[in-house]
Amino acid sequence: FHPVSLLQVENVKLLDRYASRRAASGTLYLTATHLIYVDASAEVRKETWILHHHISSVEKLPLTTAGYPLLIHCKNFHVAHFVIGQERDCHDVFTSLLKLSQPVKPEELYAFSYNPKMSKENREMGWKLIDLKLDYQRMGIPNSSWEITDINKDYEVCSTYPPEIVVPRAATKAVVMGSSRFRSRGRIPVLSYLYRENNAALCRCSQPLAGFSARCLEDEQMLQAIREANPGCPFMYVVDTRPKLNAMANRAAGKGYENEDNYENIRFKFIGIENIHVMRSSLQKLLEVCEMKSPSMSDFLTGLENSGWLRHIKAVMDAGVFLAKAVREERASVLVHCSDGWDRTAQVCSLASLLLDPFYRTFKGFMVLIEKEWIAMGHKFSHRCGHLDGDPKEVSPVFTQFVECVWQLMQQFPCSFEFSERFLLEIHDHIYSCQFGNFLGTCHKEREELRIFEKTHSLWPFLLQRKQELRNPLYRGFTAYKELQPNTLPFSFQFWCGMYNRFDKGMHPKQCVLDQLLSCVSQKVTLEDNASELENKLPLLDGPVPSAGCTSAKAGAAAATAPTPPQDCAGGAAPVLSNGPSLGHQQHKESPAQAQDLGASREDGQAQHQ
Amino acid sequence: LLRSSQPLTGPNRRRCREDEQLLGTILDEGERGFIIDTRSAQAAKQARMGGGGTEPKSSYPQWRRLHRALERGRPLQESFIKLVEACGELSMERWLARLDSSRWLSHVKAALSTACLAAQCLDREGSHVLVHGAEGTDTTLLVTALAQLILEPSCRTLQGFQGLLEREWIQAGHPFQLRCARSASSHARGKQEAPLFLLFLDCVWQLSRQFPCSLEFGEQLLLTLFDNAYASAYGTFLCNNERERSVLCKVKESTHSLWAWLNQPQEKHKYLNPLYSHNPLVIWPSVEPQSIQLWQGLFLRWIRPSQHLDEAWEEIQRLVKGK
Repeated sequence: FHPVSLLQVENVKLLDRYASRRAASGTLYLTATHLIYVDASAEVRKETWILHHHISSVEKLPLTTAGYPLLIHCKNFHVAHFVIGQERDCHDVFTSLLKLSQPVKPEELYAFSYNPKMSKENREMGWKLIDLKLDYQRMGIPNSSWEITDINKDYEVCSTYPPEIVVPRAATKAVVMGSSRFRSRGRIPVLSYLYRENNAALCRCSQPLAGFSARCLEDEQMLQAIREANPGCPFMYVVDTRPKLNAMANRAAGKGYENEDNYENIRFKFIGIENIHVMRSSLQKLLEVCEMKSPSMSDFLTGLENSGWLRHIKAVMDAGVFLAKAVREERASVLVHCSDGWDRTAQVCSLASLLLDPFYRTFKGFMVLIEKEWIAMGHKFSHRCGHLDGDPKEVSPVFTQFVECVWQLMQQFPCSFEFSERFLLEIHDHIYSCQFGNFLGTCHKEREELRIFEKTHSLWPFLLQRKQELRNPLYRGFTAYKELQPNTLPFSFQFWCGMYNRFDKGMHPKQCVLDQLLSCVSQKVTLEDNASELENKLPLLDGPVPSAGCTSAKAGAAAATAPTPPQDCAGGAAPVLSNGPSLGHQQHKESPAQAQDLGASREDGQAQHQ
Repeated sequence: LLRSSQPLTGPNRRRCREDEQLLGTILDEGERGFIIDTRSAQAAKQARMGGGGTEPKSSYPQWRRLHRALERGRPLQESFIKLVEACGELSMERWLARLDSSRWLSHVKAALSTACLAAQCLDREGSHVLVHGAEGTDTTLLVTALAQLILEPSCRTLQGFQGLLEREWIQAGHPFQLRCARSASSHARGKQEAPLFLLFLDCVWQLSRQFPCSLEFGEQLLLTLFDNAYASAYGTFLCNNERERSVLCKVKESTHSLWAWLNQPQEKHKYLNPLYSHNPLVIWPSVEPQSIQLWQGLFLRWIRPSQHLDEAWEEIQRLVKGK
């Protein structure tokens, strides 16, 4: 067993949700990065990997006849219930896991030690894969109304914004600076997305420091500049994504929301998405429902209702739909904010962009969307995901909700996304894994200070290499669908079993349609390439046959599309089980590791019938 | 797998030697069989007052009785109506509450669980099973038909499924004319109306979702069957039993068969599942709530646009056929 294990414990059982007594005894290993449970009792060796960074809690349960139980809850909703034979061992594992799962300093995070076999050039290129300037160019920016300014290059305007932001050309430096003094944390209105068809702009910011009566000329001028950048509509919307009561309460603290009387030609609207604390609690209740042992249908539905989770998902979706509709149909620019403009604002702006623009539904586009609206614009991943030992009240499933909204859209529009649910689950795993540098820290400035771009790897090239298994075989292409107009009646929202009960294999369909279709696609590609190879030979029938070394480029590409781990990346991410795990013996890896070194046979992804 | 109606034990605990002998011939010396009664133990006991009842242990010593209460009759019809009405709900909280209080999905879970139980007795215990409720025309058929789908690969082919329907629903005497008179929109107080057949089709749909490659037919067939059970140009689902069909209405002489129409090559392809591949094994559905979903294709059929889902279906067919 090649990775250095810090601890090795024999006589450990891993119980499933039915806690069957017949569970086999295996061995538990703790390495610097993972917990690995090996069950070698059956013919096929079974491994369960849990990344320490994924662990959100470890509990000792009361002693049972089988031994000393340890219950591990993970941030990706994996729940592992171990029973350890010896008390001393249980205690050692418990204390080790507590320490390993709660790093204190950023330098302790996996990304700083993760070292796949990759050249320096490739690593650096990985960081350059996503260039936000190209996306602005795609929107036609810079143009007569909008410019990419480096006014924030030293973070003078806003320490949590990226060095380059898009503002109206008409906004002078004085306007920008003035507005930054009037916005919470200096998060001035900036462009998120420009809808080229009608010049309506989706912009975002944080709450104004208006209190009960404060005004700021520059901030009013800033909004005017945004509105005037879109001559096609006489007014613009200002959308506060908070419930009205919360926004009003903020006024007492000198913050609040825009007064329609002070800002010319704005239409103000509250959308009413709850705050991070409500969402944290909602998810907690949802997970309790998911963990219920053999609930009745009624227990489940009541629990689901009481958690409020789908209500919140609907609220986020409704907001995204409103923004998209305002831009597309009313041709109006929209300025969105919440309190700090980095949680609900990020959710609804990215969702609206996805609804409006098919580019964001491609692999590349989705990566751009996340890099732009979440990473660059300062969503506090480190705090929200609890990367380091910090304030538990800062933890909240904001990004999870966004990912779920995308999944809900995939259910309604199965042919509109280039990627599948697996892609979403991979990304979601990695916001917690800290294996890659993209989601570390809280903003660009902090990432520069931590020297992320020099010391860590970017997630995106690793995911792109696995396109063939993460793609949506039903994707009809970039031009097939323009904007998406989802139905948001309550029945449109389904419970996402593949996320919240992902590791309860018995609950999922026993045969994976996704795998079936992917194999059809790759077979088809192989057949087509064989066919074109043969066709290429036809005109030469009367002449010399091409040499064996001369294969068509497409055939070469087809051969490369079979999903195998790339040679120079020892850490290929583990196949995610969604919608149809195979039954029978299989390995279940949570997270990449030096897979080849361990000699563990990979999951073969074959759907096995019971 | 056997089915019947309830024994007419009555309040005086009548016995019937012939019935005991009949059940006796099925079991070998020392063998045990199971009786799955689709009424609650209490309801079954109360049935004695009306002349019905259960098989007393003393008279049927080799048979072990299990009760699995399945909803039928008026309460099931109410459940159906409540669900249909809930689908228009605008608030998420009320939607989930109304979905729950309709209890429809609970009935689906119970039906699948009971069918699994019957199948387990046969497959895992190697025992004979007798299924009955009261009349043997409703929940009984639900259980026996589903159990066969679970156990028997030949029932999962298009032909085999039609055969299953003919055998376990039509010829077995499910009173279609009484049960499928008015569907969910009617407020007529028809005591005999009850959506057992729909519940069966819903359970089949759940199986198709959990085993998308193991049924030779797709959702479109189930929807067509649902439609035809209530109103049809064909004689297949007319009347309440074989006697009415042949003697009273002379269905075979004066109507066309749905099966004949469905099986025409130009029609058939619409009902086939492109992902189908023969699965020789028993298919055990999960009855966890997370595994059971609302059959959107039926219940939301007219209230949500299906364009994108239809396109997805076309893509699947295209992909599989392109192979």
